[in-house]
Amino acid sequence: MQNRTLEIGVGLFLLAGILALLLLALRVSGLAPTASTDTYKLYAYFDNIAGLTVRAKVTMAGVTIGKVTAIDLDRDSFTGRVTMQLEKRVDNLPTDSTASILTAGLLGEKYIGISVGGEETLLKEGGTIHDTQSSLVLEDLIGKFLLNTVSKDAK
Amino acid sequence: MRKISLIERVRRFGYGGIDVMAVFGRSALFLFHALLGRGGIGGGFGLLVKQLHSVGVMSLVIIVVSGVFIGMVLALQGFNILSSYGSEQAVGQMVALTLLRELGPVVTALLFAGRAGSALTAEIGNMKSTEQLSSLEMIGVDPLKYIIAPRLWAGFISLPVLTMIFSVVGIWGGSWVAVDWLGVYEGSYWSNMQNSVTFVDDVLNGVIKSIVFAFVVTWIAVFQGYDCEPTSEGISRATTKTVVYASLAVLGLDFILTALMFGDF
Repeated sequence: MQNRTLEIGVGLFLLAGILALLLLALRVSGLAPTASTDTYKLYAYFDNIAGLTVRAKVTMAGVTIGKVTAIDLDRDSFTGRVTMQLEKRVDNLPTDSTASILTAGLLGEKYIGISVGGEETLLKEGGTIHDTQSSLVLEDLIGKFLLNTVSKDAK
Repeated sequence: MRKISLIERVRRFGYGGIDVMAVFGRSALFLFHALLGRGGIGGGFGLLVKQLHSVGVMSLVIIVVSGVFIGMVLALQGFNILSSYGSEQAVGQMVALTLLRELGPVVTALLFAGRAGSALTAEIGNMKSTEQLSSLEMIGVDPLKYIIAPRLWAGFISLPVLTMIFSVVGIWGGSWVAVDWLGVYEGSYWSNMQNSVTFVDDVLNGVIKSIVFAFVVTWIAVFQGYDCEPTSEGISRATTKTVVYASLAVLGLDFILTALMFGDF
């Protein structure tokens, strides 16, 4: 009898451990069981990707539709090439869509926002978004602002 | 006071070094024999279940209580700091990352060393000093197989499980403070957490850490018991050593593991 309660206790303990791992996987890390097969790849070239990281989300109208999978430098044009995986269900992006690097909140993470264009032709697997807007770099802004005030003073 | 010659000092230093190396060698051989020697755990599953109960289940209360409180404190502190930047919705992400990467494995291992490790050392040390271990050997039963191996395996299994329970309970405690008490929006608490926590990098690395800690803490505890001087003072010294060595090993290893996992080498 004593052995039985002991074994039940251990069984519950191990079950609690498995449950905890499941909770960590599903609730905490948001590991969704959807496979990554139903996605397609798009490229975008940015003058400055400052602060964007791999795994950053790609959104459209605020809804997450994909993520950044790779960032590298394009040797010929000296621009940053961002590779994105977008969900297959959003396969109707016109070719003149705009990709811009945005910031969530004042100090938040960087992410890519895509706004739709008006072309008839659609972006396909491996396509490139040409119309891009680079990340807002605070130092550049301050630099421009200072330059403006200086030139005003000179007049 | 007699003056000690230089060569005598060197000799004593060498003696100490040989002593330390001998302990390392003995403990490695001990571990090897207990885990791999002559066919696994003696007495089968029953002994392991009994040890899992006394090592794992009995540690559950302290782990759960400290997990809740640590999660609550993290949320409170994080909220205070983050709200001065106006980003208090990031508190969920802070609590989860801190618990999963660092505090979960480390604090659980420290508590485990104090709660279960010291008990293991004292139990085995007492068995040794009352000559139960040698009488087992006399009747042809291998104490490494029947006494040591089940306790080692119980430790290896329990600590990772306890760590995961600790993290979950801590995150839950954090949400209790942040969402229900301080009024952080529940959706942003969880979604910020899910955006920043990744399963492989954060959850699995934490589990790997806890497996390493389980190995080290249980090994130290069981070996100190087995290797202790069979006297009352010997047992008390061995128990102290278990807690001190295990805590130091956990903290030191944690730095190394963190550097390897998150250091981008």
